[in-house]
Amino acid sequence: MNTKRLSISMLAAAAAVAAVNTASAAPVTLTIESWRNDDLSIWRDKIIPAFEKTHPDIKVKFAPTAPAEYNAVLNSKLKAGTAGDLITCRPFDVPLRHFQSGYLLPLNDLKGLDNFTPVAKTAWTTDDGKTTFCVPIAAVMHGFMYNKDTFARLGLTPPQTVDQFFTVLDKIKAEGRQVALDMGTKDTWEASQLAYQNIAPNFYKGEQGRKALIAGKAKLTDPQFIEPLRVMAKWKPYLAEGFESQTYPDSQNMFTLGRAAVYPAGSWEIAGFNKQASFKVGVFPPPVQKAGDKCYINDHPDIGMGANAKSTHPAEVKQFLDFVASKEFAAIYANSLPGFFSLQKTQVEMSDPLAKEFVGWRGKCESTPRVTHQILSRGTPSLEDELWVKAAAVVNGTLTPEAAAQQLQKGLDSWYKPAH
Amino acid sequence: MTTSMALDSSALGEAQAVRRPVRWHIAVFLAPALLVYTAVMVLPLVETLRLSFFQGADAQQAFVGLENFRRLLGDERLAFHFWNALRNNAYFFAIHMAVMVPLAILLGALLSLPRLRGSGFYRTAIFMPTMLSFVIAAFVWRLILSPLWGITPNFLQAIGLGSWFTAYLGKEPYALTTLGFISVWKELGVPMVLMYAAMLAIPNEILEAAEIDGITGIGQFFRIKLPLLWPTVGVVAILTFVSNFNSFDLIYTSQGVSAGPNYSTDILGTLLYRTFFGAQLQFGDPHLGATIAAMMFLIILSVVCLYLFFVQRRLVRYQL
Repeated sequence: MNTKRLSISMLAAAAAVAAVNTASAAPVTLTIESWRNDDLSIWRDKIIPAFEKTHPDIKVKFAPTAPAEYNAVLNSKLKAGTAGDLITCRPFDVPLRHFQSGYLLPLNDLKGLDNFTPVAKTAWTTDDGKTTFCVPIAAVMHGFMYNKDTFARLGLTPPQTVDQFFTVLDKIKAEGRQVALDMGTKDTWEASQLAYQNIAPNFYKGEQGRKALIAGKAKLTDPQFIEPLRVMAKWKPYLAEGFESQTYPDSQNMFTLGRAAVYPAGSWEIAGFNKQASFKVGVFPPPVQKAGDKCYINDHPDIGMGANAKSTHPAEVKQFLDFVASKEFAAIYANSLPGFFSLQKTQVEMSDPLAKEFVGWRGKCESTPRVTHQILSRGTPSLEDELWVKAAAVVNGTLTPEAAAQQLQKGLDSWYKPAH
Repeated sequence: MTTSMALDSSALGEAQAVRRPVRWHIAVFLAPALLVYTAVMVLPLVETLRLSFFQGADAQQAFVGLENFRRLLGDERLAFHFWNALRNNAYFFAIHMAVMVPLAILLGALLSLPRLRGSGFYRTAIFMPTMLSFVIAAFVWRLILSPLWGITPNFLQAIGLGSWFTAYLGKEPYALTTLGFISVWKELGVPMVLMYAAMLAIPNEILEAAEIDGITGIGQFFRIKLPLLWPTVGVVAILTFVSNFNSFDLIYTSQGVSAGPNYSTDILGTLLYRTFFGAQLQFGDPHLGATIAAMMFLIILSVVCLYLFFVQRRLVRYQL
């Protein structure tokens, strides 16, 4: 009886194995590696069904990792050969390293890439500009969000020049009901990304200044790079009491609770602020130096998607990437995630007013990515990481703008020797 | 003659070996602990030390001798970070010695008073933070000290010290001291219990004899109890030293990976982490990280040796 039962269970097991085999043989399953676990439902409910409708033989699985761990986890998965078929790419040097190590496929023959501007592709193209290895998905932009009720109450208009910016802050401060400028330096990255990277392109003239720095023709100690630090050094009196201990979530809460009036922001805040703020939120671009100056905005390619070289279904992967490069994908993505803007040549129609306002700047201002991200953070010390610390110290008032610029340039000089 | 003697003794040894069976059970009983300890402690340590003498990525590692150490101490930027971290670490340890040890002795002495009411409650309450995770401790203190939502500004205002408040964790001159006090608050439990136990171990006869000799009260504490506590103080000091120089979690969870503001709270542990694993856009350098780890190991080892050979021998132990 014992042997009989055993043989029956073995039969059942064999049948189950066979069933699994036949089931998995039919449609191909592709797995997406990503750090955007916030977007899980959008991928699962909107983007992937749209693709599967036209490609019934391909199933796609979105498998995100926590953002802070993504780089490390993806690195080890790629090394071990266990990473998913599609890799969500961070911008610039990290995926470039993966491409150079042979983990990512070159995508030059992908037709959809023609839908993107060369600037959009720089973040995922080799230094010589020849090979693109990820399809651009979205960019984030920087500006200043403000409480429209406060501005209406005090009769203020969004400032256009640096001087007007400080006049507006003075008036809010004089009224005394709200903190004028809402930023903390505890987590340090805000001082770099939301302050310096936000306002600086107007001083160093966007791409012109960024490329000069990479080419070694300009230095961080030049006036166009120090001046934004000098402006930031003047922010201190307008920040909240104890801003040195104010964290990023603190700042978000202060603004949405109406306790602060102007918030140096990234466009990714739109969805959250729409939900939480009980007042109307407005946004203005970083102020220029003199009225009538050409404006430059930080329009930073942030998310792309590439193909794992070890994938066993390269043809299906290409099909999915073609979909990612399509207008249909861009429309779904940009409208589901206001604040993550499509990088395609033709503008996507968006419904969110704040997102529209942000994207409207692309027409009148010139776009440039964050200055520290391409090439300049490849060595030790990485300029990006150094800027976090030094920019925070400048806002804190413990380091002069000049000293900070000197220290940053010295760190860069220690490993970066641009070819002349 | 000498050869014959050697032969004789070896023959004797063999005869003894034959007589005594091999005691396998010793090896068997030692094996689990030895294997586990080797696997999780000794091998990683050896591998870390090995990494510090090499350079290059996985496949093409090359032996470079002391080059990594030369870079760590010779390169201006790396040396700045290393000495800065070492100085901060020494200061962090000094806070513990200056505040935690006297506090532990005081609390141990108070708790061992026979007439203290509710001593069990105090003992538990003071020991509580030791059982908390560092992540929770750091989070709670960040909230308590927050200038925006914390209770500290209002509390200080209520007792008339409102002007003393500042963003303690965000300002360079105060951040490390504040973290030192938080760490003392959290770590106080074990030293306190050790002191308490050492005081309870003092026999009543000695104290009675002291009383007969006219030594009572505070004098009794300084002249009878404290000398008997020195060995315990020594143990607490060396344990604190080792844990402080290995410390990482409190700074990392409350100040982040760059140990802000402006590296003012950077200690060896956070510097090691940042160097080994990298930070935001900084790629990690396992070899340089291992070099820092090796330096930490050397520092701790040499101080523990100094303690064992020079301090512990001079501590007078009384037969109680």
